[in-house]
Amino acid sequence: VDNSWYGPVDPAPNAGWTEAPPRKGFFTDTSICIGCKACEVACKEWNAVPEDGLQMLGSSYDNSGALGASTWRHVAFIEQPKALGNQEPGFAGTAAGAPMTDVLNRTADSALQGDRNALGTDMAAVAVGKVDLGMPGMQLPGQADGAQRTDFRWLMASDVCKHCTHAACLDVCPTGSLFRTEFGTVVVQDDICNGCGYCVPACPFGVIDRRVGEKGVTKNVGIAQKCTLCYDRIGDGLQPACAKACPTTSIQFGDLDELRERAEKRVEQMHAAGIPSARLYGENPEDGVGGVGAFFLLLDEPEVYGLPPDPVVTTRHLPAMWKKAGLAALAMLAGGVAVFAGGGS
Amino acid sequence: MAECHPVGFQWVMEAKARGAKVIHIDPRFTRTSALADLHLPLRAGSDIAFLGGIVKYILDRELYFKEYVVAYTNAATLVGEQFQDTEDLDGLFSGYDPATGTYDSSTWSYEGHQVAAAAGQRGAGPSGDSSEDGSSQDGGSDRAAAAAQEMGNRGANLEHSGVERDETLTDPRCVLRVLQRHYARYTPEMVEEVCGVPQHLFQQVCEAVTANSGRDRTTAWVYSVGWTQHSVGVQYIRGAAIIQLLLGNMGRPGGGILALRGHASIQGSTDIPTLYNILPGYLPMAKSGMESLDDYLDNVASPDQKGFWTQAPAYMTSLLKSWWGDAATPENDYGFGWLPRINGNHGTYQTVMDMLDGKVEGYFLLGQNPAVGSAQGRMQRLGMANLKWLVVRDLNLIESATFWKDGPEVATGELSPEDIETEVFFFPAASHVEKEGTFTQTQRLLQWREKAVDPIGDRRSELHFFFHLGRLLRERLADSTLERDEALVNLTWDYPVHGEHDEPSADAVLREINGYHLAGDKAGQPLSTFVEMKDDGTTSGGCWIYTGVYADGVNQAARRKSWRDQGGPWLAGEWGWAWPANRRILYNRASADPAGRPWSERKALVWWDEQSGRWTGHDVPDFPVTKAPSYRPPAGASGAEGLAGDDPFIMQADGKGWLYAPSGLLDGPLPAHYEPHESPVRNPLYAQQANPTRLNYGRKENLSNPPATEPGTDVFPYVFTTYRLTEHHTAGGMSRWVPYLAELQPEFFCEVSPELARERGLDNLGWATIVTARTAVEARVLVTDRIVPLHVGGNVIHQIGLPYHWGVGGDAYVSGDSANDLLGLSLDPNVLIQECKAATCDIQPGRRPTGPELLRFVEDYRSRAGITVETGNVLMTAGPAGEVS
Repeated sequence: VDNSWYGPVDPAPNAGWTEAPPRKGFFTDTSICIGCKACEVACKEWNAVPEDGLQMLGSSYDNSGALGASTWRHVAFIEQPKALGNQEPGFAGTAAGAPMTDVLNRTADSALQGDRNALGTDMAAVAVGKVDLGMPGMQLPGQADGAQRTDFRWLMASDVCKHCTHAACLDVCPTGSLFRTEFGTVVVQDDICNGCGYCVPACPFGVIDRRVGEKGVTKNVGIAQKCTLCYDRIGDGLQPACAKACPTTSIQFGDLDELRERAEKRVEQMHAAGIPSARLYGENPEDGVGGVGAFFLLLDEPEVYGLPPDPVVTTRHLPAMWKKAGLAALAMLAGGVAVFAGGGS
Repeated sequence: MAECHPVGFQWVMEAKARGAKVIHIDPRFTRTSALADLHLPLRAGSDIAFLGGIVKYILDRELYFKEYVVAYTNAATLVGEQFQDTEDLDGLFSGYDPATGTYDSSTWSYEGHQVAAAAGQRGAGPSGDSSEDGSSQDGGSDRAAAAAQEMGNRGANLEHSGVERDETLTDPRCVLRVLQRHYARYTPEMVEEVCGVPQHLFQQVCEAVTANSGRDRTTAWVYSVGWTQHSVGVQYIRGAAIIQLLLGNMGRPGGGILALRGHASIQGSTDIPTLYNILPGYLPMAKSGMESLDDYLDNVASPDQKGFWTQAPAYMTSLLKSWWGDAATPENDYGFGWLPRINGNHGTYQTVMDMLDGKVEGYFLLGQNPAVGSAQGRMQRLGMANLKWLVVRDLNLIESATFWKDGPEVATGELSPEDIETEVFFFPAASHVEKEGTFTQTQRLLQWREKAVDPIGDRRSELHFFFHLGRLLRERLADSTLERDEALVNLTWDYPVHGEHDEPSADAVLREINGYHLAGDKAGQPLSTFVEMKDDGTTSGGCWIYTGVYADGVNQAARRKSWRDQGGPWLAGEWGWAWPANRRILYNRASADPAGRPWSERKALVWWDEQSGRWTGHDVPDFPVTKAPSYRPPAGASGAEGLAGDDPFIMQADGKGWLYAPSGLLDGPLPAHYEPHESPVRNPLYAQQANPTRLNYGRKENLSNPPATEPGTDVFPYVFTTYRLTEHHTAGGMSRWVPYLAELQPEFFCEVSPELARERGLDNLGWATIVTARTAVEARVLVTDRIVPLHVGGNVIHQIGLPYHWGVGGDAYVSGDSANDLLGLSLDPNVLIQECKAATCDIQPGRRPTGPELLRFVEDYRSRAGITVETGNVLMTAGPAGEVS
């Protein structure tokens, strides 16, 4: 079976690398993320990614909003009136009042729903008139079930390009700017990218984007950009900048096989510690993108973190489509031949 | 801790992964709370009630570590009959003088002995009268007589090493019983009423810390410096100290009270101080009236007391030799006369007052941005506008260098650039990667760092600046014969320089600090320990506690041996160097029982080895190394000789940990809960509302919101507290100019609960105006469940959180109003720190007025609350003066 388009496969050899090193990746353990954003800063420092807007978003402590061309690591902050394992938030018995409905809350989720560029516009206008979409992260502040606040949790998670086994961005790139490295990662070459943007809707996670900004001031305006898993560092035996900077080892870099083993053990630990909702996300080679190179330990459903629950590589059906298109073309050709043949009679 | 010390927090996470329980006590739910097992929201400024409640819990159930407490603390020591507690005087201790707002602490002393009320009083002034009556020499008349100024930062002295003890702990006047009576009213119900902490949560904390203490287990308390920033700041830390001593958590691995400092090497800047009241190594500054070195030394420690402070003559003489070299001779008291003298409070806030009053001409700011980072920002700026010159050395053109053209007072019309005569000199500073030297962190660990890159452009190190400033001054004074110039002319100022810009050698400075022998066989060789220091001028050393950092001529602070190569993640004694003498845990004699055996195998640290007749173990023993546990000093012995073999607290005048402080503090021998200077709550515990000895500055620039004891409280019904966020550094000088950090928290915001948002009509991401008697600021609103209103005394108290990183100016990447502008000044009397973690305010939706309208807006609030310069300045509320004196 050819798994080049779908299903488990080791992507570097599949892309033609001979004697490829073991596949590299990230294991981001969100259970020990403290939301310090050192990963965001270290990434920008190393990769010379420009500043991405100076607007407060009013979404907990998240002012980066989402992954994009100028934010390659993004820390999500999720405040919810839900319990986190056996954690005691200390709110029970305090004087919390009735649910409040007249304060509108924006969250990173709504940022992910809409045009990211809108985040940089008039925040007041954005804030007014937003509706609660009913997503887990859309809980209005204080809008708990009853009059008293009891359960509460503040989840933090550093998101990044998943470096999919089956990377649709790469599949659709017409210039060859996007390529599969010997480490199994996916990298954009900014000097080759022509800014066509095909990769942007192809990504099932909404990661890759074209950079906006003023030409001549900001570099690579219009060029598609995303995490390279620090291709220029790992080739020299260094860790990616974000993993190096992470103070709590929430971001771990290494051989993907080893990371998966480590992650399985960590999930067992979390379950034993009273957090049965802990789960891995993206580690399974049988999933819709063939497993990812940058997978996560989450403490709840992926939707809570703004991640798609069941991502599927958008080029999954490309071979079949080509086959059908080919058949159609053949049929047309045959028809044409028949016409000509008939006409000649 | 996760907010302000994310790198250090990795070890908390590591401990948690190994099973440690993490409890976070904080008014707001922070990034630390998010990872803790238990979070307790409490009312800002109520911590002593909380800590006192734990003390009561421990004492009521006799959960203290009895052997430890009896042997190592002053629990058994008898307090004199003359002592009266807050229980007797409705919130005051005996000795209070309402006329001056100060205590005569002589009534707090131990039974049978007069204890100097504060160290400064022993010398009894210029006459050199060393009478031991401990009478109030100047404490009563001089409101500026802070303990810090009197004592340096060392422990208070005692006249005698002998005290009366009752080791059965039954005598009603023994410290433990005094403690029990003092905290009798700190019940769980009272904790709930004062702090807003529900009893079931308080109970959990009490159970956790007591269950996790004893022979086999230890508990650590960790605080960030906001804990000290109260009008009772010193007593907060004392409260934690009492708990830790009762539970046997001092001098033992995994125990202690760990202060997380606000910047890199703040510990270093108190060891080698930038403070007016201390000299290197916590020796006190010389005071006016001290004619001779003997006058001074008399004041440091009584020769009759126990412990190592009796060696102060050797430390001080060596310090003077390091400063003045050959010019320091026995004949001239080693140059003691050249030291500047202090004659009162010269703390940072007093200096600002003096600026306003035209008493200060020039000001150096080094890595400090008081226009944004200090309480009463407005007063700071007005003060700086009243100087002749101002030198600012910083990485960026901070607001303290630009306030004269774009500060808030220019906008209101109170200042105009044309009228300000202050000449501002800005010097770009080299960053920590552009210079070499040491950092000293909170564990007292010195770590040498190399220079990574040369400073760009005109940036220079502080060392460069001060060395060349001194060089130039000395060149100009070279021919001076004036007496006043002798101190500078005679200074040893001979550091080798290198490089294009004549950078002085930081290594040479560290060697000088370490000290060396001046005479004998070893002349010129570095000292290896402060025990080698002499008081006869034959040794030199710039800071006695740092002696040993250059032992054997090796920069011990530069050691980088991984713990992996040192037998595991234990103390890693070969990484860097910790003062004193590379001890990693202070007072570690207490990690062994009175007989010298570890309390348990699990918590073994140092112990007595009978065979070799020495103390040994994993750490450098913090005890005379050959003194057997059974040793008892002969009657009348003093100094190190006076320490018994089971006196672990070797810097204390009686060798014991002080549950009760018979001297040394200006506001009481035991922590008592007082409300903050500004509080909407009447003190539920005592008639005495706030710290009766706090230092207030009642003047028109420093008005106070009315406390609950005065009318007008309802105009400012909310409590606010200030704090830092992970994304920024203090006043923003290192973060608001960095786009990658500025974008992460781009705007000044206030954090409010949904309940308060509804009460005041605040919209998430909208604007709010926060008002105090000082000014009004505007902030974006962040409505969050992480802030909860609290039930306090039957009322609901709303708290507002204000990060203080932003300031008004034109040069930073991001700017905004400054939270510190809202704060007034009310100081802890012991250390003169400002109360900036609890104050009152009003909050309204919308942006604040601008220009002169802002002044009218604030004035309207003041008149509605009836505020005058007298407001909040009644120190004693515990009844008529006659009843308590």
